[in-house]
Amino acid sequence: MSETTATATTGATIELENLTKRYPGNPQPAVDNVSMEIGAGETVVFVGPSGCGKSTTLKMINRLIEPTGGRIRIGGEDVTDIDPVKLRRKIGYAIQSSGLFPHLTVAQNIALVPRMTGWSKARTRDRVEEMLDLVGLDPGEFRHRYPRQLSGGQQQRVGVARALAADPPVLLMDEPFGAVDPITRDHLQDELIRLQHELHKTIVFVTHDFDEAIKLGDRIAVLRERSHIAQFDTPEAILTNPADDFVSGFVGAGAALKRLNLTRVRDVGITDYPTVTVDDPLQHIFDRLRASGSNEILLLDRRGRPYKWLRRGDLMRAKGSLARAGTPVHDTVTRDATLRDALEAVLTDNAGRVAVTGRRGAYEGVVDMETLMNSVHEMLEADRLDALAHQHDLEEARAERTRAEQEGRGGEPAP
Amino acid sequence: MTFWEFLGSRHQQLLTDAGQHASAVFQCMVVATVLGVLIGVATYRSEWAGNLATVATSTVLTIPSLAMIGLLIPIVGLGVPPTVTALTLYGLLPIVRNAIVGLRGVDPSLVDAAKGIGMSRTARLLRVELPLAWPPVLTGIRVSTQMLMGIAAIAAYASGPGLGNEIFRGIASLGSKNALNQVLAGTLGIIVLALLFDAAYVLLGKLTIPRGIRV
Repeated sequence: MSETTATATTGATIELENLTKRYPGNPQPAVDNVSMEIGAGETVVFVGPSGCGKSTTLKMINRLIEPTGGRIRIGGEDVTDIDPVKLRRKIGYAIQSSGLFPHLTVAQNIALVPRMTGWSKARTRDRVEEMLDLVGLDPGEFRHRYPRQLSGGQQQRVGVARALAADPPVLLMDEPFGAVDPITRDHLQDELIRLQHELHKTIVFVTHDFDEAIKLGDRIAVLRERSHIAQFDTPEAILTNPADDFVSGFVGAGAALKRLNLTRVRDVGITDYPTVTVDDPLQHIFDRLRASGSNEILLLDRRGRPYKWLRRGDLMRAKGSLARAGTPVHDTVTRDATLRDALEAVLTDNAGRVAVTGRRGAYEGVVDMETLMNSVHEMLEADRLDALAHQHDLEEARAERTRAEQEGRGGEPAP
Repeated sequence: MTFWEFLGSRHQQLLTDAGQHASAVFQCMVVATVLGVLIGVATYRSEWAGNLATVATSTVLTIPSLAMIGLLIPIVGLGVPPTVTALTLYGLLPIVRNAIVGLRGVDPSLVDAAKGIGMSRTARLLRVELPLAWPPVLTGIRVSTQMLMGIAAIAAYASGPGLGNEIFRGIASLGSKNALNQVLAGTLGIIVLALLFDAAYVLLGKLTIPRGIRV
């Protein structure tokens, strides 16, 4: 798997220029003059209320809906007028409730695009196996199944595998996880993040779920009616500095809490805590307790995993028996956990701290309420400064463009 | 002469008639299926064309079969030609209607997906829409065949082939000692043939409907 992905095609840039869609008989365009640049290997999420034209905008990228005006460039090449069938074979497409063909097996579904693009049978077969592996389904077990013999989550994985089968640089996903239950959706989102980490495709993802957008997007385009871009920025910037009331309404309450989802424990300072192991002599443990200054030390088991919190009086009360003394550690977080998970653990802990573990559950440090608070404050402050700077840039660019237009140089975007 | 004795003495003639009957229906069904599916494919995308095809084929079906064959004789003559023409025309309606319903009933999100992954219009039709519409089309073919079995008996009126000859001969000589046996043999023969065809279609369905969409 790893060798092939190393040679796989990575993302291409997508540029939308004044993209417009009008339907006959409707004076208002469905999509009005959208311009946007999406970097190679970037995941951009279109988010907005139902009927805001986000899906229409997405479908214009692979020309399932033909734009009435504007240009689309993929990897620098203008694709607005090329044969749409050829174009679509270079763009992966995954939709809600998977869109798998029920009369074809999983393998046949995945093989469709490679076969159409003229891959040999043997190469296609290898690719099908590779793709199933990639999305975490055992090829031996699933290859010959029909879609209806799969769960919703499995169908969706196969849908993604099919979209990626011919190794397209661009992947379009139209509310792909809209029809699965919340737990499965969470898994699928994690999987997509992992996949993208390996593959570096350019992904355009449509959803109406802002939390999903925050979780998946490198950048989020918040769209209002007629696909007008209300804000196009990183999740952090949108959370801490929504451009207007529409965006903040969409972000919803609890932006600071949502922000916690974007940062991992490894990004904040974890404090070191005095520790002893179960094999240490009692006298040593007493000395450590006294020397630590705090009232408490962490007892580790033989493999270095957090085992018990020991307070000063505990050993006395247990008459020097380590087996009976202290309170067992019931919850730990890893460095990859989000700050939200860490906060949850800290809040449920009766002393307001949680041990952080690394490989094989070994102790690495402790996060407590105070560190969390401090890092969240710092983080929000930094975000705010970033967003302000960003907004400043945007305004300058806009002013530049207006100036250019007034000077009659046409609507070229400012450099 | 009892019915069994009648069958024993006439089995040669009866088998020939049954064979011709089956072969006429089968051949007309093949033609009707090809034409019906083509008409369906040509018209299902457009609201009015599809409706026109359905209305036209059902109008044909309302013409009494005797009248239809009678009307065809001056145009195509006696014997096989009016039989084949009439049977094919009658066979069209269920197939055309089911083909249109089946093709229109394909989940639009699947058509969208097929387009989205870069299938050309022909590929979409052959690899996605027709296979998914096949079960209703096959049902149409079954209904058509049952119907044609009965209608084919009328073909004897135009000196056509088949078990209808037995029935018409019986009716023409009502009162004679074998009249009833002849009518009965022709009718039962048609019923047996119809059942055999139906069994064959069940088998065909098992072989041609992909496992993933079999109910």
